[in-house]
Amino acid sequence: MKAFNRIPIMASLLVWAVLWEIAGRLELIFLLPPFTDVLAAAYDLVQTPTWQAATITTLRAFLIGMTLSIVIGIPLGFLMGRVKIADDLLGMWVNVFSSAPLSALVPVLMILFGFGERTIVAAVFLFSVWIIVLDTRAGVLHISPSLIEMARSYGASRRALYGKIVLWAALPEILAGLRLGLIRGVKGVVIGQLLVAIVGYGALFETFSRNFRMAQFWALTIILLAFAMLVAALIERFERKVEYYAGAR
Amino acid sequence: MHVDIPREATGLVPLAGQRRKAAARPFDRPLFWRLLSIAVFVLIWEIAGRVPVSYAFPTFSATAVAFFEMMVSGELPKAYLSTLQPLVLGLVLSTVLGIGLGILCGLWRPGEFMAIPIFVVLQAAPVAAFIPLVTFVYGIGLAAKTLAVMLLALPVIVLNSYKAVRNVNASLLDMSRSFLGNRRPSIVKIMLPDASPVILAGLRLGVAAGFVGVVLAELLITPTGIGDLITYHRSRADYAEMYATIASIIALSTVTLIALQWAEVRFLRPEKRSGA
Amino acid sequence: MMPPAATRLSRPELVPDDAIVEIRGISKTYGADVEALRDIDLDLPRGKLTSLLGPSGCGKTTLLKIVAGLVKPTAGTIRVDGRIVDGPGPERAFVFQDFALMPWATVMRNTAFGLELRGMARAKREEIAKRYIAEVGLSGFENKYPHELSGGMRQRVGLARALAVDAEVLLLDEPFSAVDEQNRRKFQEDLIRLRTVQKKTFIFVTHSIEEAVYLSDRIVLLSPRPGRISGIIEPNIDRTGNPDEIRRDRRYLDAVEEIWQGLREYVD
Repeated sequence: MKAFNRIPIMASLLVWAVLWEIAGRLELIFLLPPFTDVLAAAYDLVQTPTWQAATITTLRAFLIGMTLSIVIGIPLGFLMGRVKIADDLLGMWVNVFSSAPLSALVPVLMILFGFGERTIVAAVFLFSVWIIVLDTRAGVLHISPSLIEMARSYGASRRALYGKIVLWAALPEILAGLRLGLIRGVKGVVIGQLLVAIVGYGALFETFSRNFRMAQFWALTIILLAFAMLVAALIERFERKVEYYAGAR
Repeated sequence: MHVDIPREATGLVPLAGQRRKAAARPFDRPLFWRLLSIAVFVLIWEIAGRVPVSYAFPTFSATAVAFFEMMVSGELPKAYLSTLQPLVLGLVLSTVLGIGLGILCGLWRPGEFMAIPIFVVLQAAPVAAFIPLVTFVYGIGLAAKTLAVMLLALPVIVLNSYKAVRNVNASLLDMSRSFLGNRRPSIVKIMLPDASPVILAGLRLGVAAGFVGVVLAELLITPTGIGDLITYHRSRADYAEMYATIASIIALSTVTLIALQWAEVRFLRPEKRSGA
Repeated sequence: MMPPAATRLSRPELVPDDAIVEIRGISKTYGADVEALRDIDLDLPRGKLTSLLGPSGCGKTTLLKIVAGLVKPTAGTIRVDGRIVDGPGPERAFVFQDFALMPWATVMRNTAFGLELRGMARAKREEIAKRYIAEVGLSGFENKYPHELSGGMRQRVGLARALAVDAEVLLLDEPFSAVDEQNRRKFQEDLIRLRTVQKKTFIFVTHSIEEAVYLSDRIVLLSPRPGRISGIIEPNIDRTGNPDEIRRDRRYLDAVEEIWQGLREYVD
C-alpha cells in the first residue's frame, strides 16, 4: 500500500514541473525560467569546478557536523532516558533549543568560530543534535520495563544490557530522530552558509542571485532539495526495515 | 489505577518525533528542577565567560546587565516592535491558510494530490535558500519579511493539519456514522475535535519555524529590529548586548510556545485539564 | 442451510419465529482474495439475544458491521423489519469494541450523542441520556470524562448511548473484550437484567463460548476462512435465578462443552 501511495505523489510533482515549464515559457512569473532551462543549467552546473568544490566543502561540513551530532546526541539521549537527574537537569534546555530560533545563534557562531568551515560545522551540529537527543531519549523511555527485567534476570551485564537490549529496543525512535536530525542538519548547513555567505553553496547562492542567474539559482535549489529528500528517503527505507519489530512491541 | 496514556502520544508516523518534542513533557516538570536547571546553566555560562573561553564570550552577568540597559533605554522594545510586525502577520496568515488548506487536503482527494507533495518537499527542504529570492520580488519591506515567515511556518502547519484529518480515529467516525451523523456533523463534531491536538502541535511547530524565519529575514534581507541589533552590536564588538538580544529572542520564542500549550490545555482540552 | 456438523448440536425445533433481521446470501471479499464471509443466510428473531460466535478470522465482526450498514457486502442483502439495509439506520444502534467514546466529551454528551446527531434539543436529549446513564449504573458520573472511568464504566457509557436512541436492534461488537474479567461478569449479569427491562433485539459478537452460552437465546457458530455458519444452538437456560447458579447449571455446562467440541477443529 505504501508503494502505491508514493506513485501519485511523484505524479503530482510531474504535473507541477509541467506547469512550471509553461509558466516559464510564457514568462508569467518574474525570476522563474522554464523548468527545462533549469535542468539544463543543473547539468552544466555539476560539471563546473566551482560547483564541485562548493559541494565538497558543503558535504564535508555537513558530514562532520552530523557525525558530531550523532556521536554526542545518541549517548546524551541514552543518559537522559536512563538517568533521572540528567533528564531533570538537561531536559528543559534540550527542549528549549530544539524549538528555538537557532538562526539567531549563527552570528554568535561566526564570531566564536570565524567565517569558515568551523562555523558551518557548528551550525549543522546545533540544528540537528537536539531532535536526536529527544528521540533517543523517547526511544529509551519507551522500552518495556519487562524487557529490561528479562535481561537482568538472565544475568545480563550492564554492557550487554545496553548493547543487546536497550539500543535495539530504542532503534526505531533513534532512526526517526536521525531522519529529522538530517533534515534539520541540511537546513543548518544552508542557513549557516547563507549567513556566512562566503563558503560553499552560500557563496554560490549569493553569486547567482546577485547576478540574476536565475537558471543556476533554481538548479542549485533543486540539487539541494533532491539531496535533502534523498537523505530522508534513505533513512526512511532503513526505518521500514526495523519497523517490523517496532510494530510488535 | 489511573494509567491513562493519551492516544496522541503514540501518534502519527513521520511527524511523531517532532510532535513528541512539542508535547507536554518538558514544561510540566517540578519547579525545583526547572530552577536548578536554570541555575546550573547560568553558572556554567558565568564561569565560561570569566575564564574566558573566547574574547567574544561575555559572562552571564554582563549579558544580563546589557539586557536591562537595553530594556530601559528602549532599544530592545523598539526593535521588538518592528520584528513582531512581520512575525505576527506571517503567523496569522500561515495559521489561517495552513489549517484551512491542510484540512481541505485531508478531506478532498484532488487537493491532497496537488498540494501535499509540494509541502512535503518544502518541509524537508532548506527553504531558507529562497529568502534572498523573496527580496528580489517583494523588496526589503514588511511584505518580504512576512513572506519569509510564511515560507518557514506554512509547510509544517499544512502538513500537520492534513495528517491530523487523515488519521482521525476511524472507530469514532464509524460511531458517528452508525448514529446517523452524515458528513457535516461528522466533520464538525468528530473529525475536527479529534484532529485538534495534532493541528495545534503543528501550529506550535509553525510558530517556532516563524521565529526562525523572521530572524533569518532580518539577518539576510535588511537589518531591522532584532536582526539589526544583532548585526549592529556584533560590528561594534558589544558582545554582551549582542548575546542579550539573541537570548531575548530565544526566550520570547520559548515563552510563546509554553503559553500556546498552556492555552490549549486550559481552553480546548477539558479531558486533559481535569484528569491530571 | 445447515452443514452436517450441526446435527450434533442440541437444536430444539427452531420455531419459524418473527425474524427482525433477515440475512440473505451475504458474502464479503476484501481486496482481491481475502474472503471474509461466504454466502451467509440467517434469520435473527425479534426480542431475542443472538450471539455470533467463532474464532478470530471467522468474519463475525464483519457480519455485524454489514448488518449495521457500516460495511458494504460484496453480495447479498440484509433486511431489518422488512426494509433493505443501505447504511446505518435509526432502528439499529451499535456498541463498539473499543468503546468509541469522544475523549473530549463528558459522559453526558457521549451518551446523548446519538440524539444530538438527530437534532434533538439539548434539554430534552440530556433528560433522556440521564435516564439511561442511571439505567447502566453510572448516575453521578454525568460530568466525568472517559479517561476518568475504568474500561467497564466506559463500555457502560457506550451501551447507554446505544440505548438512548431507542433503536429496536442493538448490535454489540465484542463489547466486553476490553474489560477485565470481574467487570465483565458484572456487566453480563447487568445485561441479562437489562434485557428483561428493555424489550429489544440484541445481536452480540463474541469469541467467548462461556459468554455466548451465558447470555444468548440463540448462538450462531461461525467457522473461519471463509466465514460460514457451521451450526446454530439454543442453550435454553433458565436465567430467572441467581446468576451464579446459571454457571453451575447442567445445561449451561453441556452447551459450553458441545460448542467447544464443534469449534476445536478450527483452532490451530
